[in-house]
Amino acid sequence: MSNDEYHWGMVIDLDLCTACQACVVACHAENNVPSVGEVEVIRRRSMHWIRIDRLWHGEEDHLRAEFTPLLCQHCANAPCEPVCPMYATYHDPNNHLNIQVYNRCAGIRYCGVNCPYKVRHFNWFDPYVPEPLNEQLNPDVTVRRRGVMEKCTFCVQRIRRARDEARAQGVPFDTSRVQPACVQTCPTGALIFGNLDEPESEVARLARSPRAFLLLEELGTEPTIFYLKRGESHVRTG
Amino acid sequence: MSVLDRATGWFGSWVSRGEREAHHDHSKLLLHDPRPQEELNDMVLDAMQRTGRGYWTVVGLLAVLAVGSFLAAWVYMILSGMGVTGLSRPNYWGVFIASFIFWIGISHAGTFISAILRIFGAEYRRPITRAAEMMTTTSLIVAASFLGIHVGRVWVAYWIAPYPNQRGLWPNYHSPFLWDEMAIVTYLVGSTLYLYLPLIPDLAMARDRNLGGWREKVYRALALGWQGTEEQWHHLNLAIKIFSVVIIPVMFSVHTIVSWDLAMTKALGWRSTIFAPYFIVGAVFSGLSAAISVLIIARSSMKLEYFIREEHLNGLARLVLIFSMVWTYFFFADFLTEWYGGDAAGHTIIQLQVSGPVAPFWYAMLFFNIVVPWLTLWNGRIRRSPKALMLITIGINVGMYLERYIIVTGFLRRNQMPFSWGDYAPSPVEIAIVFGSLCTFLLFYALLSRAIPIIPVWEVREGQLSHGLRRLGRATVPTVTELEE
Repeated sequence: MSNDEYHWGMVIDLDLCTACQACVVACHAENNVPSVGEVEVIRRRSMHWIRIDRLWHGEEDHLRAEFTPLLCQHCANAPCEPVCPMYATYHDPNNHLNIQVYNRCAGIRYCGVNCPYKVRHFNWFDPYVPEPLNEQLNPDVTVRRRGVMEKCTFCVQRIRRARDEARAQGVPFDTSRVQPACVQTCPTGALIFGNLDEPESEVARLARSPRAFLLLEELGTEPTIFYLKRGESHVRTG
Repeated sequence: MSVLDRATGWFGSWVSRGEREAHHDHSKLLLHDPRPQEELNDMVLDAMQRTGRGYWTVVGLLAVLAVGSFLAAWVYMILSGMGVTGLSRPNYWGVFIASFIFWIGISHAGTFISAILRIFGAEYRRPITRAAEMMTTTSLIVAASFLGIHVGRVWVAYWIAPYPNQRGLWPNYHSPFLWDEMAIVTYLVGSTLYLYLPLIPDLAMARDRNLGGWREKVYRALALGWQGTEEQWHHLNLAIKIFSVVIIPVMFSVHTIVSWDLAMTKALGWRSTIFAPYFIVGAVFSGLSAAISVLIIARSSMKLEYFIREEHLNGLARLVLIFSMVWTYFFFADFLTEWYGGDAAGHTIIQLQVSGPVAPFWYAMLFFNIVVPWLTLWNGRIRRSPKALMLITIGINVGMYLERYIIVTGFLRRNQMPFSWGDYAPSPVEIAIVFGSLCTFLLFYALLSRAIPIIPVWEVREGQLSHGLRRLGRATVPTVTELEE
């Protein structure tokens, strides 16, 4: 391993996404994301590191639903990072990841205010994991207490484990073997993850697609998640 | 004398009648109505010691509310989590930040009245500087407490202070929140010193009353051995002169940085280049209004009618009217550019205020901040009427609180991702804390008003010595001796 720098990125093919929510469930299981319950969801405090934004288009008889899986965009120029006085929101320069250090977080929620994608989540109460779900908590991931912010990490524990294993075995790190839980679970293969710095990787190839676009590109946040979309590919009702 | 009154045309003769009457009788003016030094001292010290049953009832009630509403609700929130507030995903900031900005705004009154009016030699400032400076220090403490109330883990909030620590980590100087902390600490230290300096001769006056016991010891220590010698006066005047210049940029920096907390973000409606001056003007506007309210209460409850007269209310009320106009100008400039720009995202903010869920607050704000002062304060009689001014100035502070409420908790409801739009209403816990903070402010102020002389007697005396009356034929002409050498 001469170069220990990776530019992790994701491609989300909106033409393939069926909004089945499997990625949401997988993320909850992998990252010990607590279920906040119905009442809190109604109060707009839902906690999903990846969620499916649903927007309705058109008139009453011709309603179309447009689905967008939304997770932390791991912006290269992240608005959440400079505003945190504690360095709890921090840019990992080696992995180009937007890191949230829970122990440093005092819960000022400045990052949440400044995130234009609204993908940062606050622990309004201590997490509650009902039995028997406590049996499946992931020992690789810490549980966050009340008063701290949290968000998608691109399953950084999986990235580290794969890299450390490759190092221990003395073999080159095959970045294509790393998959966050959402990508692993997606039944239609709408989510693709990888190292954008390797031009031959699938994620880098798809990111060059003419269908690719960035979310709120005009804000200059330089997200590392590329969305693919062509034409009208929405679910119709009525 | 009063450009505004003359400008109102045919209203003018009716409006300024009160003023002309005042001119015939110069003894209506504090500086032309001198009394012996001892009498002045006694008036102020008697007011300070006037702690009857009514006073202790009010203080007791405020203390109960401060503990029962402010502290109890805060402790409950710390123990259960921020979830007991009405905050949610788009509305990560709520009334705590709005209240924080409000109390910082109130704190601008002291410096403005004391430092800026002192530098410009406005004579009507003399008896009211102390009362305004006390507001600055008191409201800053309340404002700073809101930073602690706001954060999710208040038990680690001290990490924001830059100190060598085991974590090997300095705070992030890129964050406007850190600038905030620096500005507030600087302002709190600066304004407390600025309150203390002109207080020294008055503390010596309290010391010389021989109260006995611990109070006399405290006054003796705080008076720093003041004897009133020529040299001491020279040093004091020099120090006050330096401080009143230095404190002004500090005052500007505080509300500038508070506005930058919002203006540095990508939130809709917040990223505005005029937020800094707009907020400063709003802060002085609400601070001056609060100063009038407090002066009217102090005047009647402490029997200070000799010191705080109609002329002082009139002078402050005029400033309030001017600041209402400047505030309106900034408000209009900010609103028009957003509306004219036609940006779709920006227009969601406009719609939110004009016809959306915050519209009732928005129209109430315009009513209290523009309609009421503009329709009333041009009138010299209203500017001299304590009752009318009390209503108007409290209304202005309601309006200015609503302004912060709309900007903080209103604008956050909309963002570039419509799926994450959501409304906000403060929870009972938040309302209890915000209401309790008002009681805490009043409690601190009530206690402080009996601990230190609320009127700077020596400044009044200095003013009375430099003002005199001269006979010119049959007319009596007021004269002023220039104090600056």
